[in-house]
Amino acid sequence: MRHTGAQIVWEMLRHESVDVVFGMPGGGIMATYHPRQDYGLRHVLIRHEQAAAHAADGYARVSGRVGVAIATSGPGATNLTTGIATAMLDSIPLVCITGQVASSVIGSDAFQEADITGITLPITKHNYLVTHVDDLAETIHEAFYVARTGRPGPVLIDLPKDVQLADTDTFSPQHDVRLPGYRPIEAPDPVAVGRAATLVNASVRPVIIAGHGVVLAEAEAELRILAEKADIPVTTTLLGKGCLPDDHPLSLGMTGMHGSATANQAIQEADLLIAMGMRFDDRVTGRLADFAAGALKIHLEFDASEIGKNVPVDVGVLGDLRQSIRGMLNTVEQASRSPWHERIAVWRADSEDRDFLARPEGEILAAPHVIDAIRRVMSEDAIVVADVGQNQMWAAQYFHTDRGRAFITSGGLGTMGFALPAAIGAQIAAPDAEVWAVAGDGGFQMNVQELATIVQEKLPIRIAILNNGFLGMVRQWQEFFFDKRYESTRLLNPDFVKLAEAYGIRAWRARNPEESRSAIASARSHEGPALIDFQVAGEGEEGNVYPLVPAGAALDEMIRRPVAVDARTRRHGG
Amino acid sequence: MKRTLVALVEDKPGTLNRVASLFRRRAFNISSLTVGHTEQEGMSRMTIVVDHSRTDSRIVEENLRKLIHVVHVQDVTEEPAVMHDLAMIKVRTSEGTRAEIMQIVSTFGGRIVDIGLETLMVEVTGPDDQVDRLVDVLRPFGIAEMVRTGRVAMVRNGDPSEERTQRSGND
Repeated sequence: MRHTGAQIVWEMLRHESVDVVFGMPGGGIMATYHPRQDYGLRHVLIRHEQAAAHAADGYARVSGRVGVAIATSGPGATNLTTGIATAMLDSIPLVCITGQVASSVIGSDAFQEADITGITLPITKHNYLVTHVDDLAETIHEAFYVARTGRPGPVLIDLPKDVQLADTDTFSPQHDVRLPGYRPIEAPDPVAVGRAATLVNASVRPVIIAGHGVVLAEAEAELRILAEKADIPVTTTLLGKGCLPDDHPLSLGMTGMHGSATANQAIQEADLLIAMGMRFDDRVTGRLADFAAGALKIHLEFDASEIGKNVPVDVGVLGDLRQSIRGMLNTVEQASRSPWHERIAVWRADSEDRDFLARPEGEILAAPHVIDAIRRVMSEDAIVVADVGQNQMWAAQYFHTDRGRAFITSGGLGTMGFALPAAIGAQIAAPDAEVWAVAGDGGFQMNVQELATIVQEKLPIRIAILNNGFLGMVRQWQEFFFDKRYESTRLLNPDFVKLAEAYGIRAWRARNPEESRSAIASARSHEGPALIDFQVAGEGEEGNVYPLVPAGAALDEMIRRPVAVDARTRRHGG
Repeated sequence: MKRTLVALVEDKPGTLNRVASLFRRRAFNISSLTVGHTEQEGMSRMTIVVDHSRTDSRIVEENLRKLIHVVHVQDVTEEPAVMHDLAMIKVRTSEGTRAEIMQIVSTFGGRIVDIGLETLMVEVTGPDDQVDRLVDVLRPFGIAEMVRTGRVAMVRNGDPSEERTQRSGND
């Protein structure tokens, strides 16, 4: 039986158990789209290719499967790049398929030609230009294998028009992967595992920093057992959020630039850091020279190039995280570290006094009120997709996440505009879950066109706009570090309620905590997509994210929110 | 300090581009890079010299390993290896200096590969420092043009493919 390149694409997607693809057709990829209906795969028509990549990314983060995006040649392909770079920095498995001009005219600056394999070379785990239809099936199979194994990442396949149209009678979906240089995961070295365990047993003030790698390796249970057995407090990175429930007694919350002060102080006073599946990003470490200066450091990691990249470590354990932690469990002793936890409890109490939510509620609506109000009522299976900026940090601080893959955000690249399209992918991956997209008024408008996709696909996404009339994070930095000159950060916004209604989405507006609760209740009980324009404080203390580790400062040199007078009174009974 | 890495790579379109892109993206400081065919069909071999004081060669090594088409990477700096550089040097001559230059070149184990009216073309192969010294000695005569290949390296005895086979157990 003869197959065209286009048919092989869909045959192989089905063979790889793909059930949904996100994309937009165009001249360079029309031929591939043509036979889609014969294969019964769902296609989500996005309104801008950047959103296709983000939606595939959101789908991958929630489902743990490979997300697939399709775009046409030239501008379609280049529009994918922000989404591809986002997935690359956060180790998300994607396969992106792009149309390309016919092989015979590649290099001639043909209409809608872009050298997308050249452009995406540094932002993909690997990429392919398919030059013959007989190579297509094997290439697609290999692309999925590379995307999901080892440290996952985006893979791009560029398909010239003639390859899509050509046919072959040698098609078979079964292919062995022959990549002699590709060794996705190695077994951990028992000697290194043993040394790591010995350091844990000898430590007095250990801290675990758990990152996204723990979620990717599905090592949450192992992490929890280790932490409980050896009584070790755990902080997570932004993308590690949920790998130990935020409400667990050993949880210190998220660390880093806007992390919990307790976590940051514990890291700085630790005598042992156990870093797992994280990469010592500058947002996590603060000034490197002073990062956990008194601590020995263990790094459990499955990408060898990350060990020793930013922070020198005493023991590096390369390999699958589950195996590494299990190995340590054999030697790590049961322990109780009361003095260490007592020290931490003092920091915790101080943080509670400073917490914005410890203040009596007034008429001002601040972002923490909004996040807390959503958190209190949302269902247990809820998934939060946060955008980038202040909204992201408030979401990370005030949503309590109890599992991996439930708090989705662009970490490494910090891509504003991520939340709305990623929520599309998240809702499709978890059709019955309550999905909240949280975004600022700036980021929301970067992919606002996807409201149309949400309506067309009938996705019941709840959209929370934390509308402070500013590019808020930049404004906050201008307030703190640039003489309060709010240069180019004030936004004159459209009426978001009317805008949503124009797309056919029910919308509410909230200006104070009371309206906020009632809007959340209305949005939750509405069937179908819903949007709330939360008009939150834009300036002053209510408008700022605390704590803040200034750029170039050590992790414990935080700008803190002042303790509210009545919080102090309440605690000390005076 | 300079460290020498030898990488065996699949001979696929764009492989050199991927390696070059990696160096540029990670801001690795590379002293030299050579690439050429090997005894195995479909495989090329790169010799990469890294200035270790400015770029951690281990991180370079691990990043090279991550490239899908890089099959094997070995740091041969501490190994008993032959590391040679080839240079072609066009030296200005006059009636009075030609014999002297030829003698110097022969002392350094080089050869004269072309003789012109006003120049001699010298070819020399050997360890970098030996080539450096010849260049220094020839400089006073006037060097009109020079090209160097950069270091290529091969470990003595032993069979580097042994480790290679062990590590490539495919899954």
